[in-house]
Amino acid sequence: MGRSLTGSRCRNCGNVAFPPARGCQSCGGSDQETLELGTCGTVWGFTVQRFAPKSPPYVVPEGGFVPFAVGYVELPEGVKVEAVLDCTDFARLDGAEVTLVATEPVPRFATDAALVSEGATS
Amino acid sequence: MSGDVSIIGAGLSKFGRQPGRTGRDLALEAIAAALADAGLAWPDVQVAFGGSDGSGLADTLVADLGLTGIPFTNVKNGCATGGSALMSAMNAIRSGAAEIALAVGFDKHPRGAFDPRPEDWGLPAAYGEAGLMVTTQFFGIKIARYLREHGISERTLALVAEKAYRNGSLNPNAWRREPISADEIAAADMVNDPLTRFMFCSPGEGGAAIVLASESVAAGNGRAVRVLGAATRTRRFGSFEVFSPSIQGSGRPSSVSSDAAAAAFAAAGVTPDEVDVAQLQDTESGAEIMHLAECGFCKDGEQEAMIAAGETEIGGRLPVNTDGGCIANGEPIGASGLRQVHEIVTQLRGEAGDRQVRRGHSADPRVGFTHVYGAPGISACTVLAV
Repeated sequence: MGRSLTGSRCRNCGNVAFPPARGCQSCGGSDQETLELGTCGTVWGFTVQRFAPKSPPYVVPEGGFVPFAVGYVELPEGVKVEAVLDCTDFARLDGAEVTLVATEPVPRFATDAALVSEGATS
Repeated sequence: MSGDVSIIGAGLSKFGRQPGRTGRDLALEAIAAALADAGLAWPDVQVAFGGSDGSGLADTLVADLGLTGIPFTNVKNGCATGGSALMSAMNAIRSGAAEIALAVGFDKHPRGAFDPRPEDWGLPAAYGEAGLMVTTQFFGIKIARYLREHGISERTLALVAEKAYRNGSLNPNAWRREPISADEIAAADMVNDPLTRFMFCSPGEGGAAIVLASESVAAGNGRAVRVLGAATRTRRFGSFEVFSPSIQGSGRPSSVSSDAAAAAFAAAGVTPDEVDVAQLQDTESGAEIMHLAECGFCKDGEQEAMIAAGETEIGGRLPVNTDGGCIANGEPIGASGLRQVHEIVTQLRGEAGDRQVRRGHSADPRVGFTHVYGAPGISACTVLAV
């Protein structure tokens, strides 16, 4: 499907940013090239959203609110991207390998176990 | 640069919910208290700086204080509003532009969590729709990783909050004055793992004001507290902040608190182990744990044993947040930084009553430290001494 997150790389210092940067946070350079980021990474940090966020702006899913994990996924390029994390067990998320499953509305990654379970139910 | 500016007055409004009173009312109460403490009147003030995050412009206060014609600059710097106002007031004295300066911070926030809008943070609206515009998530993610990395137990989070409520119970001006046990704190509703409802501060109400003076004005004032060092900083590359769609760079995130604390200590010519009492930003109890290390008071991971041994209690080696911090006083964003300074001034003068810190169980503390941290990666620190 070619699904990936689009970031940028600084042509001066090589720093990778997501979303694409106007100016480089590392060197201040303004010359950035777009870059498709790797689609697999590891969970760098996470928490669990236990209560429904305020609506609006939050849009409650059709089946109602269920607690979900949110965190940062460290990608091969070194940048850590904030994402919703699909998993079957919050307790096993730390350091877990995850795969990009959606880029909109926000980045979403899933553990292997969640991919299997999502595949079985769809 | 050190020793040339002193605090000669410090004042607070009442903190906590005060129906019928505006944020400006709280600012005026704090200014009156600070001026009375200094033995001065408003016409004595030669320059002023101040602000609130959401309760109006500080320079409009002159309508109620008196139209003396002095320069009064509005400051809006998030949680560092008070620190930035203080720094500006200090610099005005150091430059010779004034001998007596005022810094004021105040806020009155509505009940419930802060309500940030994605567009104000340069983020697509989708972040709000997906449920990621929740401030507390950032604190949960940061402390959860820190606990795992450095072998600190979730129990320690509860102990920090328990101390905050206990210290608040000793502080007549605090919002939360009922002690809550660590067991009850740990068992409360989980907000964002591993942080429960009782581990967070709440948006609140309050005002704080500080009167600063030059060396010549402060000379002979037996209650003056010297500002040995102060610094404000914004984040450097690689930091991890609230509402960040990514963390750039590799390795450990940079810390703006470390930068500001190091700069304040360097300016003061003091090391963290010389500090007798400290005020550290405790937006939630994990923040106090991390800020102990980020500000240089311990190494990462040492907090587990330090806190278990009671070292950060009022009777301990390094009392932290002796007034109950943000957890017991609430978080009126503009006021908190100067509330911290007020508490250290009170402690160094030996006027803290039931919560007074004693150095070696007899003498009053001599060196204090304040630290604020806030979005989007700002910090202000001071080193104060008598």
